[in-house]
Amino acid sequence: MLSAEEIKAIDAERSHYPTAQAVGIEAMKIVQHHRGWISDESLREIADHLGLSVESLDGAATFYNLIFRRPVGKHVILICDSVSCWIMGYEQLREQLQKELKIGLGETTQDGRFTLLPSCCLGACERAPVMIVDEDLHGDLDSEKIGEILADYE
Amino acid sequence: MNRNSMITPLTQNITPNREPPDLKQYAQAGGYQGLQRAIKTLTPQEVLQEVKESNLRGRGGAGFPTGKKWSFVPMGDDAPRPKYLVANADEMEPGTFKDRLLMEGDPHQLLEGMILASYAIQAEVAYIFLRAEYRLAAQRLKKAIAEAYEMNYLGKNLLGSAFSLELHLHTSAGRYICGEETALLNALEGKRAIPRAKPPYPQVSGLWGQPTVVNNVETLCNVPHIIARGAAWYQNLSRSEDGGTKFYGASGRVKHPGAWELPMGTPIREILEEHAGGMKDGFQLRGLLPGGASTDFLTEEHLDVPMDYDSVQSAGSRLGTGTMIILDDRTCPVGMLCNLEHFFAQESCGWCTPCRDGLPWVEKILLGIEQGQGQPEDLDYLTMHTRLLGPGHTFCAHAPGAMEPLQSALKYFRADFEQHIHHQRCPFK
Repeated sequence: MLSAEEIKAIDAERSHYPTAQAVGIEAMKIVQHHRGWISDESLREIADHLGLSVESLDGAATFYNLIFRRPVGKHVILICDSVSCWIMGYEQLREQLQKELKIGLGETTQDGRFTLLPSCCLGACERAPVMIVDEDLHGDLDSEKIGEILADYE
Repeated sequence: MNRNSMITPLTQNITPNREPPDLKQYAQAGGYQGLQRAIKTLTPQEVLQEVKESNLRGRGGAGFPTGKKWSFVPMGDDAPRPKYLVANADEMEPGTFKDRLLMEGDPHQLLEGMILASYAIQAEVAYIFLRAEYRLAAQRLKKAIAEAYEMNYLGKNLLGSAFSLELHLHTSAGRYICGEETALLNALEGKRAIPRAKPPYPQVSGLWGQPTVVNNVETLCNVPHIIARGAAWYQNLSRSEDGGTKFYGASGRVKHPGAWELPMGTPIREILEEHAGGMKDGFQLRGLLPGGASTDFLTEEHLDVPMDYDSVQSAGSRLGTGTMIILDDRTCPVGMLCNLEHFFAQESCGWCTPCRDGLPWVEKILLGIEQGQGQPEDLDYLTMHTRLLGPGHTFCAHAPGAMEPLQSALKYFRADFEQHIHHQRCPFK
């Protein structure tokens, strides 16, 4: 069952578009914000609420990078792997993150605290290398900063 | 000719690390004057004519004349309704960060540009298509939109005129192809972001089959200044045929990476040396991508090229987004290509075969060369791909864009590729 809060947010978005299909992506993001990811059950609930087919909604869900169809950790790290960050030392940072978190890209830590995902250019090239943790952009990263930042996300 | 180097309409209200101006502060600084002038004294046709005469060209990368783009929209009482205007804020071109700074720094400027563009084409509804990762921009735009509704700069009969406009913020779920004009329309309709065949062009049949104009954020931010101060004033800001200023940027191993608003046509050397502070100590310039990941490399011999559409094209590249990525002498060009083509391969939408299958092949060949397993014929395979994935062979410009850095790297850095293959290792490691 979608919660009252989820329904309220989805319906508010619904008024911005002439079709229900156009709200599908935003609706998935709303539900993901509350539940962390989009399970098959969540997908069905959203499709039912908007009167869409589950298949067409899943077609959109699997196309976009930021709709998670598998569980993720409490905090999601998006590390920028595009060209400016690569020049400025992305590979060393990625290795350090993987070592400290003991996971590979696309994986979640044993304690469920972090998921590490690579991301296309995050549009902060003047502060490369960068990463986003949850809602926060962290730039001009170096090995010292990484440890400090991770400690901030319990 | 530096007479206008201090006039920076796009960034005059932007102070780094400070809250952007709210509606009141924006208006006090001269904001919404263009809109007041248009709504009270100009017809939509006159607004369009002013933009046409300003020689404003699209700042998203293609450089299509903005006024001309608007002029294809059906007008008059028989025109299909509703019509739509979309701000393309899906800035995902690697190396590009100008639109983010404009939206975070002065959101009302974008709104005013959108309202003016909507007035010119008589659109009833406008959307900002914003990439999901720009969270601060989303927050600030939401606040600005609410203020604009509250003060009747948006909504029914805005500023007491007969013109009404609804404006909504749409945040994407992340895919590079969404920045392609027609793929963006599919994304906004809630579908997979796959490009559409053209014609029909969006101006005739776009969102939900209705007339639609899609403009880049920086393009729209220019419009209020053109309408407030006139086309001649705007044209005069430039050092080239194209009107206005340009928000240039530089990233990589330069002393001061960042973005600067300068007269359109400012030479590369001036941007690099005077604004980016030159190369970091211990690094030499080897090349640069002048306008994001999907532009051809230029080298030291091109430093005096003016950064405008035609000059950069004559030099064998594209102005693109005008945000440069600098390649230094201690970074491996083959490694850089691996990174670029990995991005393009991963972000191919999969709709057409040459792009979907060709780009991963290119990526694999490059990776082989970089990891010391390159064969001499690999360079022929790469060259073949630059032809087979070039313009006219694919459904949209994604793969041709991916081939631009590759074909120019094969030209300028061929010796690096050959060394990798000859020594069976990367000489930079």
